[in-house]
Amino acid sequence: MKNNQDQVKFSAGTLTAGNVVSLRTKKKKNEKVSLGVYRFFVYFVMIILTIICLFPFYVLLVNSSYSSADIMKGFHWWFGGSFAANWNTLFNDSNIPLLSAFGNSLIISLSASVLTVYFSALTAYATHIYSFKGKKIITTFILAIMMIPTQVSAMGLVMACIDLGLTNQIWVLIVPAVASPVTYFYMKQYLESVLPFEVIEASRVDGASEIRIFHQIVLPILKPAMSVQFIFAYVSNWNNFFLPSMLLENRDVKTIPIVLTLLTGSSPATFDKGEIYMLLTVAVLPLLIVYLIFSKGLIKNLTSGSVKG
Amino acid sequence: MIRKKEAGNNLADAADASQQLGGTPRRKYHKKINYAKYGYLFLIPFFLVFLIFQLVPLGQTFYYSLFEYYFKLGITAVGPNFNNFQNFITLLAPGSVFWKYLGNTMLIWIIGFVPQIILSLILAVWFTDSRLKMKCSGFFKAVMYMPNLVMASAFGMMFQMFFAQSGPVNQILMDLGVIAKDSPIMFLQNTTSVRLIIAFINWIMWFGNTTILIMSGIMGIDESIFESARLDGANASRTFWQVTMPLLKPIFVYVVITSLIGGLQLFDAPQLFTNSGVNNPNDSATTIMMWLYTMIRTSKNYGMAGALSVIIFIFTGILSIFVFKTMVPSYNAIKAESKSYKKRMKEYKTDSHVMLTNGLLAKDQGGNL
Repeated sequence: MKNNQDQVKFSAGTLTAGNVVSLRTKKKKNEKVSLGVYRFFVYFVMIILTIICLFPFYVLLVNSSYSSADIMKGFHWWFGGSFAANWNTLFNDSNIPLLSAFGNSLIISLSASVLTVYFSALTAYATHIYSFKGKKIITTFILAIMMIPTQVSAMGLVMACIDLGLTNQIWVLIVPAVASPVTYFYMKQYLESVLPFEVIEASRVDGASEIRIFHQIVLPILKPAMSVQFIFAYVSNWNNFFLPSMLLENRDVKTIPIVLTLLTGSSPATFDKGEIYMLLTVAVLPLLIVYLIFSKGLIKNLTSGSVKG
Repeated sequence: MIRKKEAGNNLADAADASQQLGGTPRRKYHKKINYAKYGYLFLIPFFLVFLIFQLVPLGQTFYYSLFEYYFKLGITAVGPNFNNFQNFITLLAPGSVFWKYLGNTMLIWIIGFVPQIILSLILAVWFTDSRLKMKCSGFFKAVMYMPNLVMASAFGMMFQMFFAQSGPVNQILMDLGVIAKDSPIMFLQNTTSVRLIIAFINWIMWFGNTTILIMSGIMGIDESIFESARLDGANASRTFWQVTMPLLKPIFVYVVITSLIGGLQLFDAPQLFTNSGVNNPNDSATTIMMWLYTMIRTSKNYGMAGALSVIIFIFTGILSIFVFKTMVPSYNAIKAESKSYKKRMKEYKTDSHVMLTNGLLAKDQGGNL
């Protein structure tokens, strides 16, 4: 910011003084110094923000390595020795169906993400390649429903599930993933930028059936878009809380976010704080580790949108 | 022989279809294979599932919003009795808790969003500043985006633990000597601090995402525009307000409104944070969605829950229309303003479209807040 002002001053200065050479070197020097200050400030803010983002997770990890009594005593800056003890308490706690919750979360998130990605690609392909009556209405319709929050129709779904005895059925949370307007829209954008019609044409000439073209030609082309969308779908399903907590009542069908409420729900006095911190660590950390492995490609993809061919 | 013939038809049809894609359908070719049928076929799963799991429940929600239908003590059913728009009248009456909860939701959203958008704009300018040549920017971006992937519910619970009477925050403040050893701050019993903490959760979860959205918006602007602004002697703030911001307007408006829609759906974090009502002084952290949740799950007041859903639906609908209305004219305005950059602007437009998708993703996840 500063260095640009200097630049303006400099140009004004040349007009009056005319001593171009000395001013130019002065300007260069000024620019270098102010750019250095600017850069220092930027790094400073970045580091502060990094600390803000990471510190809560550090505290979480540290506290999960102390016993409840130690946590109450005071704050610890470094790890303690009760990690294994807390781990055992958590996994042997009969009130917390942790393993089954992990299994359920995994099943729901994986299958819902696969359905989302596959059927969004299929729907996008259908509206991109084929021309048929009512296509425009259909695409506009999908665009229109994109913004509707799922919570709005939650009541009707819950009522229907209660009436039909479908509560505690995991598939009720999986199947709706087929219709995901947002993923559809992304896939359609991607297809428009990467899929030349000639490819389809050539495959048809070769005698491939439409279904085969989709699976063997289009899906491989869509791979980059699909992997990004898979991650997003997975994360949002893994973290989903509103609808699952209304539909999944039985102990053995609960997911991780619902299990979190089980510990807070009990009486505050009897909390084992070490156990709660351990539960939060177990709930949060696996996803973060996976993210940090893939983050490079993910952020790149987010920034440039879809990589255009 | 047959195969050959089929291939020929395919070719003719492909040409036909490609013509149609180009916008000028040619009717000369006679279609032997009906490709349109595949179009419909491939659309069936999406629409079938949408119909069963979204549209029918939505219809049912709308239907029951016109009825008196609840369970006394959660057991004895009252109704459904048709009572016209009585639910809406009760809900929207002055002095109804609806206004209070709407106020809470909006207040928490604004407290979190204003610092978020300002910071995101600054960060986005920094990340895209070519003079800065920042090292480790990939690492910073990755870390700032990270909180977005964490369960909002886990965040809610985590911060409830952190700010408890004997939690780490009080302990650190005591260690630093900011507060006396025996007088911890009761963060969870104070209306303001509870709202601030939830707004902070919102902020930490979303500022990275917003930064990336705005960043790609800036990257979509032609570098030469900045270059000429610099040559004309515009300083950084002037460049920002007179070059970057006007060109960024569509994405900016988009970010604001989708964030508002996400803000209306604020649920997970405050629900877990307030521990089902324990750390919720004077109901100051109860959001609209938490109220809806209680009505559906605990009090089973389907009539009122339906009416509330309809109101949220209408509100979101108006906001979404606004999004699309503002997105389109701004492109046109930009195009008209700088015809010389027409080609670049075209690319900018597609970039904005990609942004739109990314933003929607953000909104999609916002539903889980």
